[in-house]
Amino acid sequence: MREETAVGIGAPPAISLKHVSKTFGGVHALDDVSFEIAQGEVHCLAGENGCGKSTLIKIITGVYQPDAGLVAEYFGESVASMTPNDARRRGIAVIWQDLALFPEMTVAENIAFETLVGGRPRLFSFGKIRAIAQKALASLEVEIDLEERLGRLPIAQRQIVAIARALVSDARLIFMDEPTASLTQSETNALLAVVRRLSARGVSVVFVSHRLAEVLDIATRVTVLRDGKLVGVYPTEGMTQSRLTELMTGTRFDTAVAARDTANNAPVLEVRGLTRRGEFSDIGFVLREGEVLGLTGLIGAGRTELGHTLFGMTRPDAGTIALDGRVLHLKSNRDAVEAGIAYVSEDRLALGLVQPQSIADNLVLPVLGKISNRAGLISRAARDDLVRHWLTELAIKIGHPSDPVATLSGGNQQRVVLAKWLATEPKVLILDSPTVGVDVGARAGIFRIVRKLAESGLAILMISDEVPEVYFNADRILHMAAGRIVGEYDPRKFELPDLEAAVYG
Amino acid sequence: MTRAISWLRKSYGDDVLGLLAFLCVVIVGFSLATPRFLTFANFDSMAFQLPVLGLLTLAMLAPIISGGLNLAIIYTANMSGLTLAWILNINGGVEAGPAAFALGVVAALAVGTFAGLVMGLIVAYVGAHPILVSLAMMIFLRGLGEFLTRGGDISGFPEYLRPIGHGVFLGIPVPMLLFLAVALIWHVLLRRARHGFAVYMIGSNIAATTYSGVHSRRTLTLIYTLSGFICALAGILMLTRFNSVRVGHGEALLLVTVLACFLGGVDPFGGFGRVVPVVIALFILQVLSSGLNLLGANQHLSTAVWGLFLIAVMVIRYLVANQRIFGKGKGT
Repeated sequence: MREETAVGIGAPPAISLKHVSKTFGGVHALDDVSFEIAQGEVHCLAGENGCGKSTLIKIITGVYQPDAGLVAEYFGESVASMTPNDARRRGIAVIWQDLALFPEMTVAENIAFETLVGGRPRLFSFGKIRAIAQKALASLEVEIDLEERLGRLPIAQRQIVAIARALVSDARLIFMDEPTASLTQSETNALLAVVRRLSARGVSVVFVSHRLAEVLDIATRVTVLRDGKLVGVYPTEGMTQSRLTELMTGTRFDTAVAARDTANNAPVLEVRGLTRRGEFSDIGFVLREGEVLGLTGLIGAGRTELGHTLFGMTRPDAGTIALDGRVLHLKSNRDAVEAGIAYVSEDRLALGLVQPQSIADNLVLPVLGKISNRAGLISRAARDDLVRHWLTELAIKIGHPSDPVATLSGGNQQRVVLAKWLATEPKVLILDSPTVGVDVGARAGIFRIVRKLAESGLAILMISDEVPEVYFNADRILHMAAGRIVGEYDPRKFELPDLEAAVYG
Repeated sequence: MTRAISWLRKSYGDDVLGLLAFLCVVIVGFSLATPRFLTFANFDSMAFQLPVLGLLTLAMLAPIISGGLNLAIIYTANMSGLTLAWILNINGGVEAGPAAFALGVVAALAVGTFAGLVMGLIVAYVGAHPILVSLAMMIFLRGLGEFLTRGGDISGFPEYLRPIGHGVFLGIPVPMLLFLAVALIWHVLLRRARHGFAVYMIGSNIAATTYSGVHSRRTLTLIYTLSGFICALAGILMLTRFNSVRVGHGEALLLVTVLACFLGGVDPFGGFGRVVPVVIALFILQVLSSGLNLLGANQHLSTAVWGLFLIAVMVIRYLVANQRIFGKGKGT
């Protein structure tokens, strides 16, 4: 199978690996997987966490050695073993999700880093660094202030810096691990444009991404792995998101609209004329019992800011928030929690969970009052009961409740976040981007929980910038742009593409 | 015995067992080295020496767990002692009555608590780094104290204060009882109470803790306030132990308290640490120092041994942690 690329038909593949296996302590991380990328191709490596994606990348870059030795061709040259240095010399670069850049150094220093270190100690000139960086950025057709400290740039631009750094060391094949995980839609589009330019210059790019829409948009072919085995290599032409999800997880998922008619349910949360200068203005909506209300819009539309105000983290300048007909005056988020409002933050790593602490302690953090006696002493028995109850309720698969929460997968972490808020017995649950960094299979699990909660009467406000997510899971959708609600949609009466067009513009 | 060990292991982990084992090793070692170690007189003197350092270490412990530090502990203690001395002095010095002493203790505790409260408020509400805030407080208190005392000693206190610093109750030195009582309360507060629970979470991630509906700022303020209160207790104890007050007294203990915390397995980045192992670490330090002293070693040498000891513990912890990781890797 040959794809049409900038390099053209007949050029040897950038990389070709045959029948690679790798075991760790008896567990097959990779089981007889073959992998090929054409020069200049944009390829996608898809699969759930633990399917072997990282292992495959680490074998290609020489970090791991396959069990039975390497049988591979790198740019047409047979290779029998590989080391990280050798891989780098052959033009293979990996941009891991954490980017591995230096936040305290300038953009120019970050880009030219590899020419600064390595080799014999020598003096370097700032002029030369600037020139190298300038050239790399110009080739990507982007402009970033070379003197800015990297740590001050938004993540999207740091991503570009990481790509530029790879180009400086003459990369011909770049692996990008979840490059768009924390980017907004417009930033993602800009990144995809850069990837297309790389491809046009003959640089191959392998995308590892959870976001299937963009995978299908950018890649020409997709390699799907599941449990360390190769499921297959498919052209993206004609591939759908639901088919790809099936291939990755091995199970079928409903992507039917789940919306129900909730117009006659009793109102729970009523928001009127809510305004906070510089963030959002004149927000009004009613959230009903048992309803999943989707709130979508681009990042910067004021969705998260609205969520913060509803949760009592910030004070509105005007307008009212009423719960069960009673107007709330929230002075802190503790007031909101006590009134019955819970908020699942979009930033699970930094705000949702206290990562180094235990699963049990994270779970009881918002409900310390419930498990302590009048003297303020926590009852261990009450704590263990509560933890056991919620771990069972949400089917959280863990080793032990005393393990640090950081050891859990994204999906299980998100379940712990849900559990800790459900333990407060809220009337209103605000979910801010509930599936960020969660596997496709695990996402379906999260949405099943959301659906079950709604059916038990909980009122849910679901904030997300992924339109399909709200389209398939909400009963009603509000569209927010520039701090205002600009439209309301019923998923049963609108097609997804129309809604996407309205939101993404 | 095995039951006791498995209970300790379950409740406190291998670290406490390791520290206890080490304590035994040093005690046995010194007992073999000198016949004067395993004597009542020696243990008695250790039990009188430890509590001042012990109280100051407890005052350092909670701020470290909360992700901060309290560099002002010594001068907060000095300032509290100074307050008590001043009130005793204007009420007749050696002649001062119990009422004056009671008033002085209340005032001393108030001064220490207030110093802690101010630091807590600034750390929690201004968001300044605890190192800077407590450093500023330390320098302020030192300057103020030296100004008020002109660098001299204040002494001459009533005779009835002696039992507090030198007395024995039920066979245990009074200062030791005071220290153990505070350690127990501190242990319960940190491990069982809501505020204590929040201190650990704040130490790991204050933003996420606040998002969970915890009044993090209130808790942080409380922790520094209580730290100040314990400093005041230490200050009062120092006054009765040494029968004099001088600003700068115990200055060398500041970093020793930090050392004791780290020996006791407290995470320097906050979020983890317990009272029990820290108390054991304090006993180890005291035994090392007293034992070396009995062997006729110079006081400075025992300081050097403390430093070496901390380095050794860090290396051992690293090796144990890594061995555990490798062990797990093989298993799965």
